[in-house]
Amino acid sequence: MNDTKTIHDSRASRTRRNTAWLAGWTVAWLVSMALAVFGPRFIWDSNLVLTIPAIALNLVIGFGMILANIRHLKGLDELQQKIQLEAMGFALGVTVVVGLAYSTLDVTNVIPFDAEISNLVILVALTYLAGVLVGQRRYA
Amino acid sequence: MKNRLKVLRAERDWTQARLAEELDVSRQTANAIEKGKFDPSLSLAFRISRLFGMRIEEIFEDEG
Repeated sequence: MNDTKTIHDSRASRTRRNTAWLAGWTVAWLVSMALAVFGPRFIWDSNLVLTIPAIALNLVIGFGMILANIRHLKGLDELQQKIQLEAMGFALGVTVVVGLAYSTLDVTNVIPFDAEISNLVILVALTYLAGVLVGQRRYA
Repeated sequence: MKNRLKVLRAERDWTQARLAEELDVSRQTANAIEKGKFDPSLSLAFRISRLFGMRIEEIFEDEG
């Protein structure tokens, strides 16, 4: 029992550590994104010598965030992984279908404004969140 | 898939949290398996079988 409990505690603490690690990478990525977007506009007056490294830094941190997310997912147990997989499948499907329809509305001039990728990011985030909530409820 | 986890757990006077600890899964997963909402993988089914000292088919019943 003690051995099993020790294993469980280490798994639980590993999941907590993985979650904190992922949160850290996500915050760093958001900060680097803000720097890459607003830096040229408000800090260094569109100087390419600073803008290109800022975008490169954002990319590098973004890949770090992806690896942290993979590690987080691998640390979950099999039901938690299933919930995540179903939520990601739902979010990907909705985003591709709605995103292409949205793009078509733009290129056919049905809508009077440009289709912005930021809208798709919001859509994927909301559908992923909804998918996780539905999964949590389904297996509660 | 039906199973006898609740009975086996009750015989040992274990909580779901204790069962989850023993199986090294989250409490949500232990609860979902017990209620038949989630079928465990083969490796987890073997862990359950070892934990209770029974064969898998003595714990799980295929409804198909």
